Amino acid sequence: MNLNILLAIPLITLAALFAVSDAGKVRWISFAGMSVQLVASVVLLFAYLAGRHAGVTTPLLFESSMMWYASWNIQYHIGVDGIAVAMILLTSVVMVSGILISWNIQNQVKEFYILLILLGLGAYGFFIANDLFTMFLFFELAVIPKYLLIAIWGSGKKEFNAMKLVLILMFGSSLVLAGIIGTYYQAGLAGNATWDLMTIGSLNIPLHAQQILFPLLFVGFAVLSAMFPFHTWAPDGHSSAPTAGSMFLAGISMKLGGYGCLRVVTYMFPEAARFYSPYIVLLATIGIFYGAFVTLRQKDIKMMNAYSSVSHCGFVLLGIGMLTQTAMTGAVMQMVSHGVMTALFFGVIGMVYERTHTRMSNELGGLLKVMPFIGTCFILAGLTSLGLPGLSGFVAEMTVFVGAWQVNEFFYRAATVMACMSIVVTAVYILRASGFAMMGPVKNPAYNALHDATWNEKLAAVILIVPIILIGSAPFWLSDMVNSSMGNWMTKIITSAH
Amino acid sequence: MNFSMTIWILILPLATFLITGLLGKSMPKQLSGILGTLSMGICAALAFNIAYNYFFLVGKVGDTFQTITVFKQTWLSFAPFPSGRAGDGLSIDMGIILDPISVMMLVVVTLVSFMVHLYSYSYMKDEPRFHIFFSFLSLFSFSMLGLVVASNIFQMYIFWELVGVSSFLLIGFYYDKPSAVAASKKAFIVTRFADLGFLIGILLLSFYSESLDFATIIERLSNPDSAFLQTATAAGFLGASAMTWALCLIFIGGAGKSAMFPLHIWLPDAMEGPTPVSALIHAATMVVAGVFLVARLFPLYNLIPAAHHMVMYVGAFSALFAAVIACTQTDIKRILAFSTMSQIGYMMFALGVSGYGGEEGLGYTASMFHLFTHAMFKALLFLGAGAVIHHVHSNDLSAMGGMRKQMPVTNILFLLACLAISGIPPLSGFFSKEEILTAAFNSNKLIYAVGILTAALTAFYMFRLYYSIFWNKSHQSEKAVHPSPLPARMNIHSDGERGRGEASASMLIALCLLGVGTAAAGFIPFSHYISSDGKLFDSEFHLNLALIAIGAGVTGILIATLFYLKPNNRSDKFAASMGGLLQAARNKFYVDEVYEFITKKIIFNLISAPAAWIDKNIVDRTMILAGEITALVSDEVKTMQSGKVYDYVIYFFIGVLAISVLAVFY
Repeated sequence: MNLNILLAIPLITLAALFAVSDAGKVRWISFAGMSVQLVASVVLLFAYLAGRHAGVTTPLLFESSMMWYASWNIQYHIGVDGIAVAMILLTSVVMVSGILISWNIQNQVKEFYILLILLGLGAYGFFIANDLFTMFLFFELAVIPKYLLIAIWGSGKKEFNAMKLVLILMFGSSLVLAGIIGTYYQAGLAGNATWDLMTIGSLNIPLHAQQILFPLLFVGFAVLSAMFPFHTWAPDGHSSAPTAGSMFLAGISMKLGGYGCLRVVTYMFPEAARFYSPYIVLLATIGIFYGAFVTLRQKDIKMMNAYSSVSHCGFVLLGIGMLTQTAMTGAVMQMVSHGVMTALFFGVIGMVYERTHTRMSNELGGLLKVMPFIGTCFILAGLTSLGLPGLSGFVAEMTVFVGAWQVNEFFYRAATVMACMSIVVTAVYILRASGFAMMGPVKNPAYNALHDATWNEKLAAVILIVPIILIGSAPFWLSDMVNSSMGNWMTKIITSAH
Repeated sequence: MNFSMTIWILILPLATFLITGLLGKSMPKQLSGILGTLSMGICAALAFNIAYNYFFLVGKVGDTFQTITVFKQTWLSFAPFPSGRAGDGLSIDMGIILDPISVMMLVVVTLVSFMVHLYSYSYMKDEPRFHIFFSFLSLFSFSMLGLVVASNIFQMYIFWELVGVSSFLLIGFYYDKPSAVAASKKAFIVTRFADLGFLIGILLLSFYSESLDFATIIERLSNPDSAFLQTATAAGFLGASAMTWALCLIFIGGAGKSAMFPLHIWLPDAMEGPTPVSALIHAATMVVAGVFLVARLFPLYNLIPAAHHMVMYVGAFSALFAAVIACTQTDIKRILAFSTMSQIGYMMFALGVSGYGGEEGLGYTASMFHLFTHAMFKALLFLGAGAVIHHVHSNDLSAMGGMRKQMPVTNILFLLACLAISGIPPLSGFFSKEEILTAAFNSNKLIYAVGILTAALTAFYMFRLYYSIFWNKSHQSEKAVHPSPLPARMNIHSDGERGRGEASASMLIALCLLGVGTAAAGFIPFSHYISSDGKLFDSEFHLNLALIAIGAGVTGILIATLFYLKPNNRSDKFAASMGGLLQAARNKFYVDEVYEFITKKIIFNLISAPAAWIDKNIVDRTMILAGEITALVSDEVKTMQSGKVYDYVIYFFIGVLAISVLAVFY
């Protein structure tokens, strides 16, 4: 399979969007384009599995490479492993769903969809690229349009929050940029001036250089995945973002960060990862635990989910920081699981807000009775979030826990226990929110007139629920795919043992 | 014999859950009920067939019952341990194992679930969300059955969580009633908290045994010569070995599900759910999961005295504690809930006093025996109570009295169950309780004394309940003055129908079948089927111990008769003499208030609120400040770009100077 298809489809969709101006057509073209992209991603999954099944053992599949700036040796090198395939699937699912959710946007429809698809394009490019410079370009493409998305279609203190979000994320980007240039320089010192991820991974970059480059790149990416204390863009950004913006932000963009930390930084600098592992685990645990307690106080259900994302993304960082194969597999599964779960949650919260014009859980109440479909989705998203078996969150978290527990040192054990404890706190805030907002008597008589989800909302929710259940009840397909990709470079981490 | 049909016991309820849940709305209303009941009926028939084949035909090899693995499929496999002994990674398998306790549990769960389905079919018939109710019941049955046949400890944990959520959904079935929502939340969160212990226990056990498979864990960790066990007992934390930690933590999980003190607080509140649910989940099946868990890992508990004693003392204390509270409550379902807690305490401490193998393992057999008989009579009590509640539209004892004339069949069946739980021969409860008390007598006299005292209290509060419902007329006259308020959703019959009498046919059938179980289950020679090591033995009958137990029961009944058969003021006088103790018991010894203090005051106000404040005012402020400083600096820097060549030359020389200084000193 030619991976360029994954970029071609969004590009064609964008071109088509530029050509039309009627809002209805814009919606349908975007929906059609992203649906085709979803189909292509599913085809990619099967092609990948078939390739592995046929015994191809190269780290990457469907590789192709093209020099595009020879004097700096920048290549357009693309190729995917199991982790990238999982991320691409996640992106496609969230994109289709986000487009359906935004069906009712009235102002500047065309621009909205163009920006949304542009964000998606950045994410796809980032996930298929294997050249640091090319990756960085796509990475930026997935950050900057967010400013407009929030500042134009957002709500509340939208300009301020959009500015804050973009500034913090750009801070991360600047670290990443410094990091990759440094890496290029070190690769040159090690005898091969290249931006290529796989090649750099096989070079022997000295530990002291790794120790400088690792934090730059890791923190740069982790900012995007809301690592404590750089997480404050998340709650405010989400509270102002339009629904699809939040879905993209938490469902895909936070995953760019996690993917970068895991598959780019840790891959290139395993010895430094070992060195910094306690710090990563410490920050991840603070994020998980502190995030959970902050979430407990939130009355705004969107803020609640934003903070809960901080807590859940902590599991990704925790899994990475533990540096065992199982924990890192768990980190990837958590990225996928959290991506779909949080997109569903934000989607449902958007549906509620559109109808009731409030997100305060104490002003809502009894919505399950009035809007059974939306209410059920809300509770389902909540149950996924609190890690109910049969839904995706459980397998991801458990994989992280099992992997984390394999590190038999007191500090790591304590961190794992803290992380386990957070799932109780999660249960508390999820059940409180659904108890307040969905159950109980109908709080406001005006709510009785509200209508349940429309066809596009129903479809959007179902598209997200399907992977939640597929991963939750039959996790082996995802887990095995990720796990076997992880095996390729675990040897290097294991040899850099404590 | 091929047991492959066992898998249908899981598939049928799952399919029913999906069908009635997704399509129930568009089906004729009764159809979802019929589907659910029918599929559970088939499951019960299958379970009986399996039990027959297992216990009488193929299960026994020599004189030992073997474990048959019917089905096993890897569900999730993890990478190998970085430095493992066994060399392979952990894997979560979905499997079905048949051994004496899982086969017994299959029978209990399918039978009670079938009865409850049958009963609910008419009990819930006016409920608009009839299909959802049956769908949830099927989900619960599926989860509970998956739990009992689990071959892998993580599989058990998965189904353990699933029964938890089914319980949550069913307690909160009347979700527009705030008290039901609160109760369902409480049940879920308390058991979730306990499950944290279970989870960490699993992680510990799996780390030291490098397996998640029950059989492998037990094999590797119960043999004193095994290197796995030696590492596990050598590793320690805070003075206890890793094994002790693991087993105590797992027991916490079990104690949460089984409502042992101090994790019992969710059970009385869980009575907000529809009564058939209370009978199925909160009396007969889910709440005994903790006992089942300890029984499943019994060879390990038997090896670690600290954990084993914890099981014993927690069980015994809970038994007595709950019995005392039950004597003072006035809500019929809450009395039964505390009674359940107390009886589960019996099962727990029976495991706690038990040894391993042969006669030594009498406690283990007795515990499982009591689990079995308790399921019958407690389900009967709850369903009977449901019929009464259905009739008078109230849960409160003060709304009842003299019901024996209106509901003669229910009266007799209820009496039968009360006698059984009080340990009166020849009913089932007598045999199982007597066995437990014998085991306790042989092992620990203090526990035995607690057991006898609890037996007397049990008889007392059960007959207090019985007389107040079916005899004592004083309450009824009160009722005429203060008509009891209808429970929010109990608008099933209009008041005019109150004199209608007995429950409907399908309800009565369920009650009668459970009545047969209650009367006959005691005659099963349990030690011939279930024992701690799978080998059979004959349990001896000790006449003097039996007489003491019966004496305790009869005393309790007599006192209750004196106090409550006819209206009188004896109980009030007695209550007055008890003073503060009674008040404390009525308020359930203020355990709920302690929890409330911890959650509201400490977690919310002392941890969560400051965390939220810090996030807003310190972490976020710092970020904004960093932004503002950058803006300030940039304003300053802007002026440097003056456009005057002279300025630039100076900057250039300062730069050159700085670089040369650096170059010189490094």
